[in-house]
Amino acid sequence: MPSNDSCAPLIALRDLHLSFADTRVLRGIDLDVQRGQAVSIIGPSGSGKSTLLRCITGLLRPQRGQIRVGDTAVHELRSDAEFIALRKRVGFVFQQYNLFPHLSVLENLTIAPCKVLGRERREAQDEARRLLGKVRLEHKEHAYPGELSGGQQQRVAIARALAMRPELILFDEVTSALDPETVGEVLRTIRELIEEGMTCVLVTHEMRFAEEISDAVYFTEHGVIVEHGSPRQLFNEPRSPRTRAFLQHALGRGERERRPLVPAGAAAR
Amino acid sequence: MATELSLGSRAAPDRLRRHAGKILALAALLVWLAAGAPPREVFAPLWEWSPALLKGFALNILISLLAIGLGTLLGLAIGALNLSPLRLLRLPGWLWVQAFRNAPLLVLIYFTTYVFPFEIRVAGHYLPFPDWLKVTLGLALPASANVAEVFRGAVASIPATQWEAARSLGFGRGQILRAIILPQCCKRMLPPWMNLYAVITMGTALASLVGVHDLIDTAQIATNTVNRVGFTVLIYASVLGLFFAYCYPISRFTRYLERRHAFQ
Ligand SMILES: Nc1ncnc2c1ncn2[C@@H]1O[C@H](COP(=O)(O)OP(=O)(O)OP(=O)(O)O)[C@@H](O)[C@H]1O
Ligand SMILES: [Mg+2]
Repeated sequence: MPSNDSCAPLIALRDLHLSFADTRVLRGIDLDVQRGQAVSIIGPSGSGKSTLLRCITGLLRPQRGQIRVGDTAVHELRSDAEFIALRKRVGFVFQQYNLFPHLSVLENLTIAPCKVLGRERREAQDEARRLLGKVRLEHKEHAYPGELSGGQQQRVAIARALAMRPELILFDEVTSALDPETVGEVLRTIRELIEEGMTCVLVTHEMRFAEEISDAVYFTEHGVIVEHGSPRQLFNEPRSPRTRAFLQHALGRGERERRPLVPAGAAAR
Repeated sequence: MATELSLGSRAAPDRLRRHAGKILALAALLVWLAAGAPPREVFAPLWEWSPALLKGFALNILISLLAIGLGTLLGLAIGALNLSPLRLLRLPGWLWVQAFRNAPLLVLIYFTTYVFPFEIRVAGHYLPFPDWLKVTLGLALPASANVAEVFRGAVASIPATQWEAARSLGFGRGQILRAIILPQCCKRMLPPWMNLYAVITMGTALASLVGVHDLIDTAQIATNTVNRVGFTVLIYASVLGLFFAYCYPISRFTRYLERRHAFQ
């Protein structure tokens, strides 16, 4: 098979199947992400989006199918060392932030570079401070996660992933647990990353954001990709009636949330 | 400044009211002692015996401290064994914990007292192995099993998302335990560990049953010697008071730590 390195995808999933006991969560997923792209995955709750991201970084093992991240065949990895080598290259940001509560913000950012990458402490701290500046939290380096707002914690979590200098970052509904006021500050951080050329895979319920920043959007339901395409095509002219129904529902809700200033009487008509 | 002062003066009567019950009980005890028994006949021997009683209690405390120290070291080692991914390594730890957590303290004390010899041979020398040390071992065994269990509970109480976050950053299993999980466990382990210490301290009262000259044993000798009802009541009240004075602050501090932990 002829393959050209410059256009071989950074992530390629082929016919991914995964079940938990009797529940078939992934039922044949194909997905490609080119280097430097931002790809969004949308779909109803329980459709297997988080499971998909966990497979990419080797936190879950599919029963069938292939996962390639660059030159690594993730589905063939066996040893801890191989998985660690993969995870050094793949950042992961969780819905619930999952910062380490016993460490200060700065330590949260330096612990993995020091212990996993063996970086010099000083160097790691300088880099951490630079990243905190990037997510606009330079004044919080000595705070503990419990003292920060949700949006601040999530930005620290993004900085923590960046501190490993990953090739790509997976975002799993990173704004779903946030107050509406703080969603914006996190989306802004992600947008800046994408503009700098970081490869990003985002599972998100923020349809407007996905439409604006994505190079490609995948719609999944019941463990299969129903449809994928450019954001313009998928959001404006969805081919599948399933996609149309989902978008109608999701955008309808989004519109309502986005107009909090409209008086209740006016909205009710 | 003014507000602080007014706060302080308001807190004082509050505290008085909160402790009113205890103060009343203490006063009632004193009145009963004063009315029900001729004080000089009773208090004079108590004064005489008090150095011996305190010496006995010092032995109780020594036993409790050694037992919890030994039990903690052993328990953490067993707890670490129980975290091993290998079943073969976990099995002995599991057996140890089950055996010594589910045995009555007194049985374990009899066990260590009669199983071990009264002296042991180390490098050609015979070292005495006194009964109080055997009792210490008898208490250290259940302490170790309980510490291992407290440790297991603390590790299990750390949410799985912490493991997942650390794994996604490329940490290995041992690194996650050492850098992420165990530091978070220490704080959670402290209250149950202090609880255990209070239980072990009270367990040292059993030492008298195998002939260790502890506080209870001394009290028994004293009552037999003086042989007066008022004195017997008083001396056991003092024994109770000594244990209470030692264990109550520990349990209060434990409660304080638990509450602080709950609010975090
Ligand atoms: N560890 C697990 N064991 C058993 N079932 C699981 C496990 N993790 C997920 N599932 C199930 O797999 C299905 C898909 O879960 P997943 O978290 O991937 O969905 P999702 O698309 O991310 O949903 P959401 O939008 O709510 O986050 C769900 O039905 C869930 O109950
Ligand atoms: Mg999810």
